[in-house]
Amino acid sequence: MSVLVVVECDGGEVKKSSLEVASYGSQVAQMLGTTATAVAVGEATEANLAKLGEQGITKVLHDAEPRLKDFVNGAYTKLIAAAAQKEDAKIIVLANSNIGASVGSRLSIRLQASIATNVVELPKTDGGSFTVKRGAFSGKAFADVTLAGDRKIIAVKKNSIEALHEAGKTAQVESFSAQLSDADFADAPKQVVMQDQAGGILLPEADLVVSGGRGMKGPENWNLIEDLAKALGAATACSKPVSDVDWRPHHEHVGQTGITVSPNLYIACGISGAIQHLAGVNSSKVIVVINKDPEAPFFKAADYGIVGDVFDVLPKLTQAVKELN
Amino acid sequence: MKFLVCISNVPDTTTKITFTPDNKEFNKAGVQFVINPWDEYALTRAIELKEAQGGGTVTVLNVGEADTEPNIRKALAIGADDAIRVNAHPKDAFFVAQQIANIAKDGGYDVILMGKESIDYNGFQVHGMVGELLGIPTVAPAMKLDMSGNTATLEREIEGGKEIVEVNAPFVASCQQPMCEPRIPNMRGIMTARTKPLKVVEATADAARTEVAAFALPPQKQGVKLIPAESAGDLIKLLRNEAKVI
Ligand SMILES: Cc1cc2nc3c(=O)[nH]c(=O)nc-3n(C[C@H](O)[C@H](O)[C@H](O)COP(=O)(O)OP(=O)(O)OC[C@H]3O[C@@H](n4cnc5c(N)ncnc54)[C@H](O)[C@@H]3O)c2cc1C
Ligand SMILES: Cc1cc2nc3c(=O)[nH]c(=O)nc-3n(C[C@H](O)[C@H](O)[C@H](O)COP(=O)(O)OP(=O)(O)OC[C@H]3O[C@@H](n4cnc5c(N)ncnc54)[C@H](O)[C@@H]3O)c2cc1C
Repeated sequence: MSVLVVVECDGGEVKKSSLEVASYGSQVAQMLGTTATAVAVGEATEANLAKLGEQGITKVLHDAEPRLKDFVNGAYTKLIAAAAQKEDAKIIVLANSNIGASVGSRLSIRLQASIATNVVELPKTDGGSFTVKRGAFSGKAFADVTLAGDRKIIAVKKNSIEALHEAGKTAQVESFSAQLSDADFADAPKQVVMQDQAGGILLPEADLVVSGGRGMKGPENWNLIEDLAKALGAATACSKPVSDVDWRPHHEHVGQTGITVSPNLYIACGISGAIQHLAGVNSSKVIVVINKDPEAPFFKAADYGIVGDVFDVLPKLTQAVKELN
Repeated sequence: MKFLVCISNVPDTTTKITFTPDNKEFNKAGVQFVINPWDEYALTRAIELKEAQGGGTVTVLNVGEADTEPNIRKALAIGADDAIRVNAHPKDAFFVAQQIANIAKDGGYDVILMGKESIDYNGFQVHGMVGELLGIPTVAPAMKLDMSGNTATLEREIEGGKEIVEVNAPFVASCQQPMCEPRIPNMRGIMTARTKPLKVVEATADAARTEVAAFALPPQKQGVKLIPAESAGDLIKLLRNEAKVI
């Protein structure tokens, strides 16, 4: 028996969230006295896969089928199921991403496994039960969930686990074929459209986020947000009304009905802090709020705040970051 | 075409979350329940597609106890033709998925639409499970859905972009914005909803694979540290030297 870790790769590299997933998996393996094997999806180089040794992975299974470059639910599910069978995996760990959750939920049926998504901590295994802590009620609560059965699937929320870095350790990369057929690619994309992202930083993967709300007054002022984001190396985000009126694209909308982010730093500019907005950002490690209204509810959820006008404060912050670097 | 739209019954988005004293259950007292916001996209899009096709039916399905009926009626008022309630306490995603799959199998539905996720338990699982139980594709989360004959074209959101995917019915899709503008019930809808059929059936499977041992609230923030606007630049120093995040 072993722990199987699913690592998502992009442009040859393992995604940062998957380094966390790998670290989670290897620590679970250690708890259970076994080893962790990874299976790669997406486009990965062998050299980068071997580096998963630094996250405690001993072996990486790599199917070089070119059509696995893009996300295909059917094919990914079959690949991971085959890897789980080969490794006799009792625990499968994936990212709590659109890909990880889509594949994980199918796998849970195929492998008759219990599953928990949105998991934020390593499991507790006292007294024969297996319990994980997961986010619930859109970031407003946590639930300790007990997983039944002898096969379990865990989808780990980004930025909740510290990635391990044991310099110099390498994993053995093994080629592997799940013998995928055309039928497994029924939901293969006809086309893939990636967003133009300022500075190339994708919001769901970002460590630092600068976000703007209605207080920014209009799309013409977003250069203030972008300048600070660029100086910091941050991704940009926005509140729902901002994307509703097309000041910003929908994929930047965070909150209860948008995407959930959990970066190390979230800077909210001209956002009031409605409960639905907070639901998408309140697991950020540090929250900074800039708002001209000292009564804005967001200050209650903030670590640092500036009561002031974004048009005055943002350029000062950008300047200060430039001076620091 | 026959559309099946699955709706979950969730606390209103402004709800202050609390639990029973033993921390085992969500405290429902005084809480207003609504149709899961994501499911409103699924419902409205199904109605739009039915209208565009000039025929067909939209059935709403909820797995829940009798207290979910006001929201089922609301879905009927928005424009669904009929409804099914599986009379059971929804124990977990697997439990719910089995009920939905069994109803879908018996009813011969062509398109099964859900929301991206249920905002209470945030599972993002039911659609994948139902697809696998039925042996049909699931596209999740979908930002766009168009039908031409038996073929659907969808935009599937992936981290950092989207995929254009084509699948044939039957399939499952989980919906999110900007798929459509969710409709709200009008007076006529509310009147007709009262007499639309709402069938109550018993659960067909009872297995669950997870159990909540305890709920907890997130730790309280320490309180905000305010920096005067005049010396805004000091914030950056604090973020580096004190918070150590940049
Ligand atoms: C079912 C449902 C789901 C929802 N989901 C989401 C969601 O996912 N995400 C989301 O964001 N919202 C969501 N909302 C909307 C949410 O309730 C709020 O309406 C929204 O978050 C407000 O956006 P805002 O803070 O940008 O705008 P406002 O509430 O208008 O706040 C603007 C803020 O900017 C400040 N300001 C104005 N000018 C300046 C200036 N010059 N300098 C500094 N500050 C300034 C003001 O003091 C104010 O606090 C949802 C609502 C519902 C009902
Ligand atoms: C009082 C109460 C207590 C509950 N306790 C628990 C609990 O302890 N643990 C637990 O996991 N769940 C519990 N539930 C059930 C929960 O509300 C969900 O129905 C179920 O768990 C699926 O949640 P999910 O987050 O995995 O769904 P997701 O996979 O996030 O949901 C995706 C989509 O599936 C559909 N869907 C989800 N649930 C239903 C449903 N019930 N009926 C019809 N369609 C649905 C919707 O379209 C939804 O958008 C409870 C519900 C109630 C009312």
